[in-house]
Amino acid sequence: MNDAANRILVLFAHPALEKSRVNRVLIEGLADLRGVTLHDLYEAYPDFGIDVGREQRLLLDHDIIVFHHPMFWYSTPAILKEWQDLVLAHGWAYGSDGTALLGKRWLHAITTGAREVAYAAGGHNEYTVRELLRPLEQTARLCSMEFLPPFAVHGTLGMRPDEIRAHAADYRRLLVALRDGQLDLERARAVNRLNAELDSIIGRREA
Amino acid sequence: MHGQGFFFQAFVYLAAAVVAVPIAKRLGLGSVLGYLIAGMVIGPFGLGLIGEEGEDVMHFAEFGVVMMLFLIGLELRPALLWRMRGPILGTGGLQVGVTTAILTAIGMLFGLPWQTSLAVGMTLALSSTAIVLQTLNEKNLMGTDAGQSSFAVLLFQDIAVIPMLALMPLLAVHSGQGTAADGYGSEAAKHATTWVEGLPPWEQTLVVLLAVAAIVLAGRYLLRPVFRVIASTRLRELFTAAALLLIIGIALLMTQVGLSPALGTFVAGVVLANSEYRHELESEIDPFKGLLLAVFFIAVGASVDFQLIQDRPQLILGIVGGLMLVKFTVLFVLGRAFKMGLDQNFLFAFALAQSGEFAFVLFSFASQNSVIPNDITAPLIAAVAVSMALTPVLMLINEKLIQPRSGTRESVEREPDEIHTTSAVIIAGFGRFGSIVGRFLRANGVRPTVLEYDSDRVELLRKLGLDVFYGDASRKELLEAAGAQDARLLVVAMENHSRVLALIETAQKHFPNLVILARAAGRPEAYELQDLGVDHVYRETLDTSLRTGMDALRLLGRRAHQTYRSARTFRVHDEESVRDLGKMRHDRKAYFSAARERIQSLEELLLTEVEGPVEERDAGWDTDTLRQEFGSGAG
Repeated sequence: MNDAANRILVLFAHPALEKSRVNRVLIEGLADLRGVTLHDLYEAYPDFGIDVGREQRLLLDHDIIVFHHPMFWYSTPAILKEWQDLVLAHGWAYGSDGTALLGKRWLHAITTGAREVAYAAGGHNEYTVRELLRPLEQTARLCSMEFLPPFAVHGTLGMRPDEIRAHAADYRRLLVALRDGQLDLERARAVNRLNAELDSIIGRREA
Repeated sequence: MHGQGFFFQAFVYLAAAVVAVPIAKRLGLGSVLGYLIAGMVIGPFGLGLIGEEGEDVMHFAEFGVVMMLFLIGLELRPALLWRMRGPILGTGGLQVGVTTAILTAIGMLFGLPWQTSLAVGMTLALSSTAIVLQTLNEKNLMGTDAGQSSFAVLLFQDIAVIPMLALMPLLAVHSGQGTAADGYGSEAAKHATTWVEGLPPWEQTLVVLLAVAAIVLAGRYLLRPVFRVIASTRLRELFTAAALLLIIGIALLMTQVGLSPALGTFVAGVVLANSEYRHELESEIDPFKGLLLAVFFIAVGASVDFQLIQDRPQLILGIVGGLMLVKFTVLFVLGRAFKMGLDQNFLFAFALAQSGEFAFVLFSFASQNSVIPNDITAPLIAAVAVSMALTPVLMLINEKLIQPRSGTRESVEREPDEIHTTSAVIIAGFGRFGSIVGRFLRANGVRPTVLEYDSDRVELLRKLGLDVFYGDASRKELLEAAGAQDARLLVVAMENHSRVLALIETAQKHFPNLVILARAAGRPEAYELQDLGVDHVYRETLDTSLRTGMDALRLLGRRAHQTYRSARTFRVHDEESVRDLGKMRHDRKAYFSAARERIQSLEELLLTEVEGPVEERDAGWDTDTLRQEFGSGAG
């Protein structure tokens, strides 16, 4: 998997984008990125009528799948659950004949209203985002995909515009590095969230 | 050379316009200047194709100004008028007041009695609504600061004519009848005696006020029921006739009480601005207005008295120069005071520096009332005509020579929303279908402009507080009046299919900016809409039928969610098949009758359904394969 140009699919899920402050800025930065397909699920399927065939074709056409969403009840917004239920079909994504997604990478770009201190042992939410994403990590594994730690933006509730812009720049930088195969996977696998140590995991060629 | 009758005159005027205006436009001079030059060429001092009767023609064509003021009134809902009160009263009031004062003082310096000076001063303070608005519109400058201020000033002037006309009789200096001056815009009045003749001045003033009040009351309580009855006949020409009748009727009434018909129709326009017939009236009157204004400009060109100018050049040119200098200076200083940008200020001052068509009226009225003697009005009228003819030239000089140097060029992109309040969505047809679309949009904070052809329905809907206008939406003029050039969407929800097609063709031809969402009764209509290139086609019964089918399945015991998903899939397939069959239709032999075609489509439809089951299996929820792979593990 050391190809210099990975194709990235961003599955974006936000049921009320018109009210979003942070996610809107995050996806704005992707509009012109070569090799990145932004797929707005709530816009494509306003009544949850997910077109399974189309979604599966999209997955086949890309190497890295980014689930981009706010954290809702320690998980994804509803449409992403529906998407998993329908698209990741037995015999296609998993099971003895299900090898369509073999070797692709899966990661979350996730925003939380609370600060990072709340996502730690003893904090309000007790677990880190990475820990809370365990069911999804296992879903990726069952589909023979590699799960990467999340790109997590904490504390969106009180975030200033300049901070939001800084996160958007980081997000863009991460996706460019993923696309161009310049992420140090060894180090990346070890961190809790990718944007905590972006400088140290970008810039080296993968081993 | 002249007097060969109506057709010859019409031929001369129309030929002059058709030849001169394209040339003027090609040379970048604008249509108004083109008409004026055409008038000078065919007039008594040019080719002499039209002679003394040119003046009669001008009085007749002044009716175009009457119509223009009616249209301006229609654009100005009382609320809008109220919002513009600042610029109208401030800029407009100061312009008229200060200019009148200076011109009056100049008149007295030349030894005229103060009454005469005041009459001349206030008459010349007024500018030419016709020339200024036409020129600004044509140059697309109405939305600029200068355009808005010019409009405000012109409006104040139009209103100021009322007290001026009322004041005239009180300024009489010498008793004894003036020459038989004709009423404004009315041939008939020339020979008829007016109702107010011989009444003492204060009674004349009272009659004038009563007449205006009568128009307001009639406009409010009488005209709308009358228009409703006429509209319910659905004869377009009858509506045109009624619209013209209204304007001519008001003109006659106003002439009878010695007032300007333009003011009467302006008031009627404002009163009707809130009515559902506004757009239809606008589009009916507009072509008449345009044609009459053209004739008016030609007649003004023809009336420029080159003989008098040749005989007394210093006097005429002195008056023109002095007049325009005074008006320009006052306007320019006002523009400065109201913090207008330099380029806007130049445009504003040059645009309004002439005297206007009201001068012709007020001067004849004044001499009729023995306020100004005839030997003074003659050179003044000549000077007014020259100043009007010079206006397009001055604006051209401003545009080509002064603006490029004034530096602070303001873009003209500002929305002219003081005059036009347009909506992003136009809904044509507000019956069972369109009304639901409209209510839904309103519930989501989008106020559509609605066009409806059923006058009873219009009446009802307006009572409920909707922005509904009466009219045939397939007419370009009505669409234009409804703001089609600024709108984004056109929802076509009419029931009559041939009118739907006519509307769509009109909209596509003249307003390519509009995205069209069209209702279709069924498949045949949907095919035709697709052929026209309409992307968003809605068959009116599709969704309702499917909901009925869904409920039927549920009552048979099917689960709700699967039924819902199945209906959704069915709808997607069905719409795809309409698109495909619509295209295939053209390959078939032409001799298929429409009826055959419909049966054939239904056959094809039923066949596709038998062959391909509508319900798709949701593999993700389907446990068959899972059971096969893992279910036997225990056994």
